[in-house]
Amino acid sequence: MNIHLQELLASTPSAAALDAFIAEHDFPLVDESAVTFVYRGEADQVELRHFVYGLESAQPFSRVPGTDLWLRTLTLPANSRVEYKFDVIREGRHNWIRDPLNPDLAFDPFGANSVCSCSGYQRPDWTFEDPEARKGSIEAIDLESRAFGEQRPLQIYLPARYRPSRSYPLLVVHDGDDYLRYSGLDTVLDNLIHRLEIPPLVVALTTSPDRLKEYAADPAHASFVVEDLLPMMEERYSLISEADSRCLMGASFGGVATLSTAWRFPGVFGRLLLQSGSFAFTDIGNHERGPAFDPVVEFVNAFRKQPGKPTNRAFLSCGMHESLIYENRSLIPILQKAGLEVRFEEARDGHNWENWRDRLRKGLSWLFPGPLWMVYE
Amino acid sequence: MSQIVLLGPQRHQPTVASVLAGLGLGNGDLAVVTAGWQEREGEVDELADHVRRPVTNLHLHHRAESLFERSPQLFQALRQRQNRLRELQRLHRLRLDYVLKPARRLLRRSAPSEFLDEERREALDAVRHLDARHEERLGRIHREFDEQWQESFQDAIQRDRAEIAEILSNSSALAIAGGHVAVLLNRLRLFGITELRGELPIVAWSAGAMVLGKKVVLFHDRPPQGAGNAEVLETGLGLFDDVLPLPHASYRLRLEDPVRVSLFVRRFAPAACVTLDPGDQLALSQGHWQSSPSTRQLLADGGVSAFREGS
Repeated sequence: MNIHLQELLASTPSAAALDAFIAEHDFPLVDESAVTFVYRGEADQVELRHFVYGLESAQPFSRVPGTDLWLRTLTLPANSRVEYKFDVIREGRHNWIRDPLNPDLAFDPFGANSVCSCSGYQRPDWTFEDPEARKGSIEAIDLESRAFGEQRPLQIYLPARYRPSRSYPLLVVHDGDDYLRYSGLDTVLDNLIHRLEIPPLVVALTTSPDRLKEYAADPAHASFVVEDLLPMMEERYSLISEADSRCLMGASFGGVATLSTAWRFPGVFGRLLLQSGSFAFTDIGNHERGPAFDPVVEFVNAFRKQPGKPTNRAFLSCGMHESLIYENRSLIPILQKAGLEVRFEEARDGHNWENWRDRLRKGLSWLFPGPLWMVYE
Repeated sequence: MSQIVLLGPQRHQPTVASVLAGLGLGNGDLAVVTAGWQEREGEVDELADHVRRPVTNLHLHHRAESLFERSPQLFQALRQRQNRLRELQRLHRLRLDYVLKPARRLLRRSAPSEFLDEERREALDAVRHLDARHEERLGRIHREFDEQWQESFQDAIQRDRAEIAEILSNSSALAIAGGHVAVLLNRLRLFGITELRGELPIVAWSAGAMVLGKKVVLFHDRPPQGAGNAEVLETGLGLFDDVLPLPHASYRLRLEDPVRVSLFVRRFAPAACVTLDPGDQLALSQGHWQSSPSTRQLLADGGVSAFREGS
């Protein structure tokens, strides 16, 4: 437990002393290798609900006798970043809430979680808006998809000072709306381009009305990307028509969509960025991840058997706190054996958008190195 | 000897106008080279507003593109030269990494040893020797190109050179902006700007300052894929040889790391490694350098101090 809190509790503090302590400290209380979570309020029971695979997902708090203070200390390695909620239980009713003492939140399509940044973790400076970085623009267009037989909305990021007389690399992003909203992808792109760490890129941000189906290695989705989206992008924008100047990326099921598209159309995308890909597979017997994973497992099993050479260079990242870490680690030797250049980055983080955001610099700057060595403005 | 003024980056803290005023050029025209901006070469409105005098862009990037279209043979020859330079650079990088690592590790060793000084010296000599051999090879590629092609391409380039000479003769100074250092250097070299400029004062910033020296050194200690090795990219235009300008030094270099600073300085000695951060200024006049107070110099002991000529 945090030493200052220990000292306070040893003095049998009054309610006012507890108030003062809480007012003076940031929560949770972060030490070198442990974090103390604090909840104050009436309850029958309080549990810490976190998203760290490998630890019990419900960690019970202890009540400090004679107070309404609840505590839970967790050993967490340095550099960890953990998203969590509190489950406050009263009369058998569970109420999942964000940590009232912690203003640090991470958002995702399901709402928001509290964030615990352990010692050593710092949000990268290139993820914040930089007033010196020229901003790209985003335009919305509709694409008539033959693969899906309907119109699909897209957002297109154009780098600052985009000009049709110049040719640009292309990045195609799965779950593009979410990458913009929860990973600040546009800010990251602006900053990395400004820092010359990546070249100016044109980015197609796609989204799916049924991602669990379409991103689960659906052949129609691969056709959509390669036969609908790509020709439209090449006609409408000034792009470099080479595989090595095209990158496809995605996270989670979007990672499966990325790899399966590249597998069905080898050589079209010379670069892949795979973040926490849901690459579930079986060596024998059935998987236990639910029916949405059936087509995924079927694809990943087939891929592992005959990967071919879907691309030239792949950057993978995965959080060590994710259940998918084993599957992602297992993919590396297969990709290497298939003749790809591969880089893999692990972080002490979970299956979330800020983890994916924090890995973008390493990934994008390796897949598309910018001219930072050559340009001195 | 005419004046050369080297400046730090101009985007957020422009000082060109005050420098031009200080040179006592009256309201004479300013010839500008913005070839380092590549396809944005023509976007000089901001610069023109800032200097508040007539600006004539030499359009070296555009001239080169037109020239390549008119003379495919010249284009092919230049491309072949660039391919040779690139290949040489790739190979050089492989060896450079292997000589820099031990030099850095030896400089970091603190345990006393009767052999340490000698080992350090020899490790540094190995780096300097490799740089010197690389510069020789770069020079050889340029000499071979000039011997083989220069005369045959004179006619193709002549019209542009005459136009540039005319502009320069009507200008009171030449400004060379930063940008892509290799593109800028190649364009300046292609049209022979240093010969055409005669005694015209030059005000150059960032990459523009880098290309004027004896050698062009690329440097970046904070790239996303780990700390890099500074490398000699090219022989420069050779207007001076005693200063190595370092644009954006505070951002690009780990000036707080005495080992990296010390190795950098010893490697490129006797040239003084001088910062060109925003607001910095270094002027060469009558063979002597004068600097603004903010301009700093990297030191062999790993420190950084205000620039003093000859120190």
